[in-house]
Amino acid sequence: MWQVTDKKLMKKRPLRSRTDLTTGQTIRKDLRRNWIIYLMALPVIAYYLIFHYGPMYGLLIAFKDYSPAQGIWGSPWVGFKHFDSFFNGIYFWRLIRNTVLINFYDLLFGFPAAILLALLLNEIRKMAFKRFVQTISYLPHFISIVVVAGMMFDFLSRDGLINQLLGFIAVDPIDFLKEAGWFRFIFVSSGIWQGIGWGSIIYLASIANIDPTLYEAAKIDGASRWRQTFHITIPGIMPTIVIMLILNMGHMLSVGSEKVLLLYNPLTYETADVISTYVYRKGILEASYSFTAAVGLFNSVISLILIVSANAISKRVSENKLW
Amino acid sequence: MIAQTNGEKVFGVINTLLMLLLCFVTLYPFLYVLFASLSDAASFIQHRGILLRPLGFNFEAYKAVFKNPMITSGYRNTLFYVAAGTAINLFMTALGAYVLSRRNLYFKNLMMFAIVLTMVFSGGLIPTYILVGKLGMMNTPWALLIPGAISTFNLIIMRTAFQGVPVSLEESAKIDGAGEMTILFRIVIPLSMPVIAVMILWYAVGHWNSYFPALVYLRDRTMYPLQLVLREILIANSTDSMSTGVAADDKYAIGETIKYATIIVSTLPIICLYPFLQKYFVKGVLIGAIKE
Repeated sequence: MWQVTDKKLMKKRPLRSRTDLTTGQTIRKDLRRNWIIYLMALPVIAYYLIFHYGPMYGLLIAFKDYSPAQGIWGSPWVGFKHFDSFFNGIYFWRLIRNTVLINFYDLLFGFPAAILLALLLNEIRKMAFKRFVQTISYLPHFISIVVVAGMMFDFLSRDGLINQLLGFIAVDPIDFLKEAGWFRFIFVSSGIWQGIGWGSIIYLASIANIDPTLYEAAKIDGASRWRQTFHITIPGIMPTIVIMLILNMGHMLSVGSEKVLLLYNPLTYETADVISTYVYRKGILEASYSFTAAVGLFNSVISLILIVSANAISKRVSENKLW
Repeated sequence: MIAQTNGEKVFGVINTLLMLLLCFVTLYPFLYVLFASLSDAASFIQHRGILLRPLGFNFEAYKAVFKNPMITSGYRNTLFYVAAGTAINLFMTALGAYVLSRRNLYFKNLMMFAIVLTMVFSGGLIPTYILVGKLGMMNTPWALLIPGAISTFNLIIMRTAFQGVPVSLEESAKIDGAGEMTILFRIVIPLSMPVIAVMILWYAVGHWNSYFPALVYLRDRTMYPLQLVLREILIANSTDSMSTGVAADDKYAIGETIKYATIIVSTLPIICLYPFLQKYFVKGVLIGAIKE
């Protein structure tokens, strides 16, 4: 054991650890040699301690009845009271269902859509046309969500463009954004509209990395484009697909609040209210800090478990992993 | 090129049509908004269905938009948040990336672990909100600039780029008496310009488009960024305040076209810059992908 550790040290610091130094001496030497670098690191370390580890410490209030006057540490402990009231609250299952379903539909339609677009783009022979399509399809990614939601409000309103067009084929006007039944469809499809092009980039890059001799060999063997796609391209980008799938699994229980907040209203809460928007309403607008901190902690822990297990499963069944 | 089979030719045609359809579906909403914003308000209200050109041609709606003090102050505020925010982002990210790209730091792995951990676990909205309040940043521009000073994902991308700078260059600079700051600003950053450009673009676009931190932290309307003003106009539907001075019957009509003009005014900078910057955006994604 001893020798192994020592070897590791030698390998990393070949010039300095030739003699046996204690950990303390090594650290002192390192600080003396690199003090300017540590000084440069100071603002960065401070930033992460305050703005990332600070809130993690602040999560303590999930187990307390936080009052600003008593502070985080001074407020009385209440154990799992807030978790209890969340799990047994009337909105618990609704929030879980909405959050998971939005993610599920996105995984079902949005995820393959980007891959499909990459495969189709790859089949375009004229480079100029390909670049043109790419440029246009990436554009919506850079448009602010407020503008996108604003356009949706306008097009989907009772006398908006969509209803005008439906009127031509004698469909009665539908108030899309005020009907709970339409929310998931609208949310996921607009997400695809905005993200499909950008999402395809990573697969296109992956396709570009496939060894061209594989295609040459397949052509000589008389494989059609169709077969080349199925036997070379798709297997070639499989690692990327798996990695993206792992990342997606890790996010199964998180839907960002920003877009939902703009699009939902009390009429559509039944299908639209997700964990993050619930935390925003209860926490920021109604100031139940401890309760919503508990909800947020629950959400973070589940997400952590999901991404770690997705990674572990992928490591076992294939060679692909995030870490 | 090898001759195509009939099936491949048919597929090629269908594929091209599909891609043209995609372009149309992507672009048409913007074109509709543009045409509507230039249209004569009264005839636009009468019109049903798609627009293929503006109905009439005037800039009334744009005049109304620029008369709105909230839009102009929102624009000014956003420009400030973009400039100051991006500067802070870059400085902090470059510092962090430089430190983490050094080879012989005793605490490097510990720092790296602590930083990457924040990507998979975070305190969440409420504890951060309380923290920002405790630091006295509530209702100040600082709340939009400091809490997001470093994007961990960008930090890791920049570190990867910095690691690619040849060690020999740094060594020889050191022999010539250059300190760490000199090496960072005179050697490492100039040699990593493509990545720095990507970072500037990503951070700047992020600040331009963001509304949520402002919604959470700002109370004072004079500090609102453009996106929060837009939210009021587009989502909360309050163009009334903008069309004061217009005859009552025209108010509703012009209200509609004002919304479209507002969208154009707030999106134009991005759409105009986009074709030139597009290749950098894409490059950034690829740098990130190589790291994985």
